[in-house]
Amino acid sequence: MTRVRVLAGTRKGAFVLTADGSRRSWDISGPHFGGWEVYHLKGSPADPQRIYASQNTGWFGQLIQRSDDGGATWQPVGNDFGYATEPGTHLWYDGTPRPWEFKRVWHLEPSPDDPDVAYAGVEDAALFRTGDGGATWTELTGLRTHESGPGWQPGAGGMCLHTIILDPLHAGRMFVAISAAGTFRSDDGGAAWRPVNRGLRSQGTLPEDEPEVGFCVHHVEMHPARPATLFMQKHWDVMRSDDAGETWREISGDLPSDFGFPIAVHAHEPDTIYVVPITSDSLHYPPDGRLRVYRSRSGGGEWEPLVRGLPQQDCYVNVLRDAMAVDSLDECGVYFGTTGGQVYASADAGDTWEPIVRDLPAVLSVEAQVLP
Amino acid sequence: MSPAVRVVLPAHLKNLARVHGEVSLSLAGCGAAVTRQDVLDALEAAYPALCGTIRDPATGRRRAFIRFYACQRDLSNEPPDVPLPEEVASGAEPFLVVGAMAGG
Repeated sequence: MTRVRVLAGTRKGAFVLTADGSRRSWDISGPHFGGWEVYHLKGSPADPQRIYASQNTGWFGQLIQRSDDGGATWQPVGNDFGYATEPGTHLWYDGTPRPWEFKRVWHLEPSPDDPDVAYAGVEDAALFRTGDGGATWTELTGLRTHESGPGWQPGAGGMCLHTIILDPLHAGRMFVAISAAGTFRSDDGGAAWRPVNRGLRSQGTLPEDEPEVGFCVHHVEMHPARPATLFMQKHWDVMRSDDAGETWREISGDLPSDFGFPIAVHAHEPDTIYVVPITSDSLHYPPDGRLRVYRSRSGGGEWEPLVRGLPQQDCYVNVLRDAMAVDSLDECGVYFGTTGGQVYASADAGDTWEPIVRDLPAVLSVEAQVLP
Repeated sequence: MSPAVRVVLPAHLKNLARVHGEVSLSLAGCGAAVTRQDVLDALEAAYPALCGTIRDPATGRRRAFIRFYACQRDLSNEPPDVPLPEEVASGAEPFLVVGAMAGG
């Protein structure tokens, strides 16, 4: 029988939530790595039992854990994320140069083809790759050493590489996003990179300004059947590109706020997308205390609020950038976790929602797997 | 045969190393003068999962929120190659790795 596994990373550990295909009744295991921040965990598409997890605290630093049995047991693997070349400097918040310094792994992206291959996006921004199941990690230096690197600045959450997208149709093409540098594309497997941010705007910049970098991109998603189309939730603005990032246009349309963190794409409808609007950059909670997911079935511009089953008063949680995911069942499931510790699931593409669990630590990431 | 050096780890690192109580390390070849570096090298060799959790892998320095104690003394800021007290080398007293009280 088909089963669904939802992987939730939280401020105090990881949780594994499982259900059958009806997605009504859930088993919850965890906390795994209790007391540690788990920024992200994600399963391998090539072997769903293989899961990689990023485990970190300010006391003991960074660990990577690997499971080969779907999250039942875990094994620490390699955690040396040393920059492969002279780190150099980027800009600090005050505009002064500051040496690159590794802090944590924000995002793990397993290869679709090989369970031993995965990519790690880290703070301070750099991209690493493992080809041995996480035992060793090697930096793909072309990104950090891009000529624009000395001008990159951190967003409020740090200078993190938080999004990694592997193009399933164009061998060697991949995208990453960095707060607050922007989006970058490689066409050669991660050796060489270039910024792809044309059309993005930041508050305070003049219309005639076309900076190459300097954008607080919060998250980017792609539908695998249409990889030239990218959807972006930026610090402000929801954006879309139909030419693999060469140009972007705004699709915020009639959203109540175009500030937010996550964005997701329906598993079977490449023009159906989801965002969770947040009041503003200084008020990181939903407008009017109402938790509403917004769905567009037209690829942006026109949005409908999805509220059934979600709290519509006195709700002041946030949904972080990696805390929304979809599953690939025929009736697409949509999931998101909140800073209040709730993980919500919709088994009908967002029409109705139910909490899987209400009282976890603040949720940092959510991923979904469909198991045969 | 050299006496075993006893190490007390904070709870999170015990879980990570999958040990209960004290860790006992044989530091053959170190002679009578056992240093902090000797102890941590032996600890990481015996428990590879602890690599990078006590010392920053990039700098080799003690992590900011890690402290070292032995024989009622704070040894956190001693150079890593300074001999530890004889009581630690002899196994009479444990070497304590402590997670500093901070955060929430």
